[in-house]
Amino acid sequence: MIDLKYNARSFCRLGQSGSICGMAIPAAREKYPIKVLSADMSVAAGLDRFKKLYPDDFYNVGIAEQNLIGISAGLASEGFRSVAVAQAAFITMRAFEQDRQFMGYMNYPIINIGISSGFALTYFGNTHYAIEDLAIMRSIPNMMVLSPADAGAAVKAFEKALELNVPTYIRLTQGLMPPIVYKEDFEYAPYHITEIFGEGHDVTIFATGSMVHQCIKAAELLKEEGINCRVMDVHCLKPLDEATILDACNSKLLVSVEEHNVVGGLGSAIADVLASQEKHPRLLKLGVKDCFSTVGDYNYLLEQHRLTAAQIAEDIKKYI
Amino acid sequence: MSEKLQQDSLWIRRRIIELAHNAGANGSHTGGSLSLVEILCCLYSNCDIASDGTHERNRLILSKGHGALALYATLERYGKLSKEDTDTFETNGTKLFAHSSRIVDKGLEFAGGSLSLGLSFSVGVALAAKSHGYDNQIYVIVGDGECNEGLVWESLMSISNYGLNNMTIIVDNNDLQSDGFGSDVMNSKPLTDKFSAFGFDVHEIDGHNIDEITQVLNTKHTNPKAIIAHTTKGKGVATMENNPSWHHGIVNDVIYNEAMLNLNGGTA
Repeated sequence: MIDLKYNARSFCRLGQSGSICGMAIPAAREKYPIKVLSADMSVAAGLDRFKKLYPDDFYNVGIAEQNLIGISAGLASEGFRSVAVAQAAFITMRAFEQDRQFMGYMNYPIINIGISSGFALTYFGNTHYAIEDLAIMRSIPNMMVLSPADAGAAVKAFEKALELNVPTYIRLTQGLMPPIVYKEDFEYAPYHITEIFGEGHDVTIFATGSMVHQCIKAAELLKEEGINCRVMDVHCLKPLDEATILDACNSKLLVSVEEHNVVGGLGSAIADVLASQEKHPRLLKLGVKDCFSTVGDYNYLLEQHRLTAAQIAEDIKKYI
Repeated sequence: MSEKLQQDSLWIRRRIIELAHNAGANGSHTGGSLSLVEILCCLYSNCDIASDGTHERNRLILSKGHGALALYATLERYGKLSKEDTDTFETNGTKLFAHSSRIVDKGLEFAGGSLSLGLSFSVGVALAAKSHGYDNQIYVIVGDGECNEGLVWESLMSISNYGLNNMTIIVDNNDLQSDGFGSDVMNSKPLTDKFSAFGFDVHEIDGHNIDEITQVLNTKHTNPKAIIAHTTKGKGVATMENNPSWHHGIVNDVIYNEAMLNLNGGTA
């Protein structure tokens, strides 16, 4: 474990990327032979402190995500712990073949950190939205795929990736002050889905990343109307905790919610598990319905795709 | 030395044809393997390329993975692969297929095949060596066709940026690729000017002339070194030389006999 005290409020101030890059990576460097690489995204990611502390362990490869992963692999092949940081859209899509070759096929345990996934880059437009990254990264053999719900959980995910030393994609989103989901320090169980809200067997909502917070609020709204919802944080999409999904089959309705295309992401992963069962509840897949977006601010984008807490609650009500 | 390497080259060419013949209908990349032979001989004879797994070892990374057959035959000639190993070429379950796997203790440093990835990987290896303070050299072979790939140029930019004078890049410049002559498909000339502009010490040589290759490999360099080695695809086998259809082809009995006759000093 790295020497870093859990403080939900200070992590929140820094955001997911700032907490990992500004706090967790410098702390981890004291124990691990880390090399950090970025494709011209070090300032936005919050790497300035690391660069000042360890100038010889940071490489800015320029706006060149493919080379970012290739060089990270070369360093990993020599025993360094490579951490590659770039925008989620480009570190997964521009560098997809490099991710497959070096992290998948050659199995180098690079920690690949994609910042600003989903709709985080609002007015930058669709070129900068990452709504396919979970689908494509999940499709690579050997890849662990993590999608933490808040800044504290992001730090936990990074610590676990370092400890397990396997090829890992960490999907980060939002800027500074993302809503806090995990107020207190907690034991991060890899490969497990975490139940974080609610009780009863009416509805089980599986959410990931930014949607965990929205789903807790949605469940609170539904509870006022007498509908019991459990909210499950799927912070690890691969390997997927199939047992917990099957246990939830005693619910009347299953729901998946992701700031991601409904093709290939969390909903698809859950559907794959359910498909082999003789009987299972219906699965309502909420997310981006396989389309590009009309550009606007973050709430505008969530509303467009019916991903605000109120809309999630409304859509669930239609199915029960 | 030169005479011994010429004999080695001939042995390796014969072995390439034998293994391609054994592969039969699976086909193999004979043309681009035959263009590489003298370059590989000279590297293994002059440059202390090691397969002992030590971090300080000099390495050869074949980014042009399509030339793996030449590398297998060369490693057999120099005792790093056994005949039993190379006899598995393109048989079910083999690790020695058209593009190599990474098997460091057999001298295979990279899982090649997807062009340009090996060069990018090598930049990380060279940075790691610098970071450790090693005094070793990372040799990388790329093809001129491979230089169509954008990642080659990202890599060259970064080699120059980081001042990686522990890298030597050899371009197997045979001017042929899958669809035909490079100048017809996608003209990447002049490579020398381009490598110079990227900050390399550049040498242009005849890639089949053992004395020239040896001399340029032994030339000291303060900048990253690039060797543009002009070669003939299919070198040594008349029907394959400069013939685009031998990028990947099937060596049947007739071709095999012709090729062996050529390699024994006769004409078909």
